[in-house]
Amino acid sequence: MITQKLKLPGLHTLLSLLVLVLLTGCTGGESNITIGNREGIFHYGNGSEPQGLDPHVVTGVPENNILRALFEGLAVKNPYTLESEPGVAQSWDISDDGKVITFHINPKARWSNGDAMTAHDYVWSWQRALHPAMGNAYAYMLYPITGAEAFATGEVTDFSKVGVKALDELTLQVTLNAATPYFIQLMDHYSTFAVHRPTIEKFGKATDRFTKWTRAANMVSNGAFKLSEWKLNRRITVTKSDTYWDRDKMKLNGIVFHPIENQVSEERMFRVGQLHRTGGIPLEKIPVYQAMKNTPLLMAPYLGTYYYLFNIDKPPVDDVRVRKALAMTVDRDKLINTVLQKTNVPAYSITPPGTLGYQPPKVFSYDVEAARELLAQAGYPNGENWPGMELLYNTSEGHRKIAVALQQMWKEALNIDITLSNQEWKVYLDTMSQMEFQIARRGWIGDYVDPNNFLDMFLTGGGNNNTGFGEPLYDEMIQQLAPNAKSRKERYRIFYAAETMLMEQMPILPIYTYTSKCLIHPSVKGMPSNLMDAFNYKYVWLDENWQDEGEN
Amino acid sequence: MWRFVSYRLLQAIPVILVVITATFFLVRMAPGGPFDGEKAVMPEVKAALEAQYRLDLPVSQQYLSYLGDLARGDFGPSFKYPGRSVNELIAAGLPVTAELGLYALLVALVIGGLAGVIASLKPNTAQDYLPMSAAMIGICMPSFLLGPMLLLVFGIYLDWLPVSGWGDTPGDKILPAITLGSSYAAYIARLSRAGMLEVMSQDYIRTARAKGLPEWQVVTRHALRGGMIPVVAFLGPAFAGLLSGSFVVETIFQIPGLGRFYVQAAFNRDYTMILGTTVFLSTLIVLFNLLSDILAAWMNPRLRAQFGDN
Repeated sequence: MITQKLKLPGLHTLLSLLVLVLLTGCTGGESNITIGNREGIFHYGNGSEPQGLDPHVVTGVPENNILRALFEGLAVKNPYTLESEPGVAQSWDISDDGKVITFHINPKARWSNGDAMTAHDYVWSWQRALHPAMGNAYAYMLYPITGAEAFATGEVTDFSKVGVKALDELTLQVTLNAATPYFIQLMDHYSTFAVHRPTIEKFGKATDRFTKWTRAANMVSNGAFKLSEWKLNRRITVTKSDTYWDRDKMKLNGIVFHPIENQVSEERMFRVGQLHRTGGIPLEKIPVYQAMKNTPLLMAPYLGTYYYLFNIDKPPVDDVRVRKALAMTVDRDKLINTVLQKTNVPAYSITPPGTLGYQPPKVFSYDVEAARELLAQAGYPNGENWPGMELLYNTSEGHRKIAVALQQMWKEALNIDITLSNQEWKVYLDTMSQMEFQIARRGWIGDYVDPNNFLDMFLTGGGNNNTGFGEPLYDEMIQQLAPNAKSRKERYRIFYAAETMLMEQMPILPIYTYTSKCLIHPSVKGMPSNLMDAFNYKYVWLDENWQDEGEN
Repeated sequence: MWRFVSYRLLQAIPVILVVITATFFLVRMAPGGPFDGEKAVMPEVKAALEAQYRLDLPVSQQYLSYLGDLARGDFGPSFKYPGRSVNELIAAGLPVTAELGLYALLVALVIGGLAGVIASLKPNTAQDYLPMSAAMIGICMPSFLLGPMLLLVFGIYLDWLPVSGWGDTPGDKILPAITLGSSYAAYIARLSRAGMLEVMSQDYIRTARAKGLPEWQVVTRHALRGGMIPVVAFLGPAFAGLLSGSFVVETIFQIPGLGRFYVQAAFNRDYTMILGTTVFLSTLIVLFNLLSDILAAWMNPRLRAQFGDN
């Protein structure tokens, strides 16, 4: 047997190479935050890669975050008060009956190529946004305008029948079906933004969804920033526009949007100084950040409700007493303090409390004894004869934890068995639309700050109703009485009565009001938390000397 | 050899056709459509969208027109990313995934090959058990565990390497390549050990030793080529697997590769993207399998002789 010792001459070389590579690969240098603070570049963790950047095509939060930098609406929201303030329109007049709004466009408003903005831009853009061929999922944002819905559904093909007129270059007149107090707010939603006609027509038909007008080299926009780089799945960079009318007030020179779907990766990037602000935070990390002094964790009430839907046509939840018993035995405080890491607020109504001053009714509370009595009246004393029930949710660890907790609570309080069923997202949506469930998870995030945005969901046959609930009086209150109310107080009184009626019938089981959660670096200023998680980049600035101040 | 290659290429055509047909109809059979969302889409909007993507046509017509487009090399527009074609999305993601796969394969070959050879030289001793146990751990360790562990140690505690990105800083390719390559390294270690053990007992190795060659020369000059044949046969499917299976690593390290598109397309019911990536990757798998067969034949004189042209 040959016993000569094996020598591998390449081994040392290889190891040396590996060490060399590791050394040259060292991160070293300055972090995004250090460079960004010095140069006025804001690094933002922006969830997923945006579907696109055409305001009349896309839907979603990451898209919204970018479009708000690139475009500006007729009116914008003040991030501190959420009240509307001038955007492209320097002012607006509302007629006494609230049905005619006249926008006066700022003569200094420009497109990023230097073209002046005119009222005609809005007439053309809204025609595009509403055009049936466009397939704009948010076309309904403009439905308060007379004739808009008829045009969008193809009943009317002549756009001059729609209540949008350019009285002159700088005056836009909008006629509404009824007074719509939240209409000015909608001007800050990207589906109502103007787009640059010559650019769009240069690259294809007005209603073509597939053209390349949104590419960095092609795009013309009217916001505080212009698109300078779009690297798929890497980053989108926008830089301060030279033509923006209010550019003197701006402090940021640019924003880099990082598409990071995985919240764990995002949190890691934040920790090593690559991001100023994250889009979210993993639930399990919240206690760690909560325990920190001067924590970068930002949590604030958010305009959204997490709830369960009942299919009121399917037994046993076709009986309102059963629905009430289930709602009354969910210990929301316990759920939030344990499963949800104290991050949300218990909900007893569909409209989040404090929606622009509106306080929803609370028609029930946690009451196990009363719930048992109701269940007995419904024919299931102490859970006897209970036929069983299935709870449906879309596959997610978070939803599962909540479902398991509620399953346990109902077992303990009412002695009834609930089985859990999870489905992949699109399958779940299909099951929901087919109404093939008894009780199912749902969440709703408001598009604008008004109770109407939550309550009009439950109109008879509404696309997002999904419960089988339908009451002519409820429909009348939401569609007829509220729009014609003389004052905000009267309007809210009508909404209150409608919501009381809804919750008495209980086609839904509210669980909690959302909170927005993110990590934000102490150097970021002018980005206050608010109900819409809405910010205006014009207000944002980065404090290079934040460390010198000691704390935020 | 040419006969062999052309026969295999011809064989690939029906395979790919079956893949296209099965995928085309399966995605349409899955519940939920590309335009369903949490907020219900109005019927008129849905109709307009379906018309834009030709979903209003009968399925058979959709299938034929898809085949027609495919014959022209056009995978169609993406449902999820309007304004981007599937060709463009694949072209953007593929170079990154291919580069990542290549580095991972290099890591796998160097670490796995070395471990296998070392283990094979003294079978059933500590020199064998140690690398082989490490290989077993490598096979068992999922990348969603190894990746974050490496990140935590080298990215956060030691701050040696970046925690995310691709091509932004010089070191950002190291950890993803190691994470993706490690389980393949483990397979290669086992394959090369088995291959080497078989070769080392051959007569020509005994002859080499009898001639007085130092052991390292016996290994590198004589044994390695024969011992690595099983590894080479594994390389084709391995590279194809690296291309289609990099989703987890791409997600952990924020790498803008094809894997993320591939998996997300299924969740989004992005019909054209699912079809495009599936057809593209299955073609690659067929091609890589063929390549590794050719390579194995080239390395093995007996196989070459079998095909008649040396």
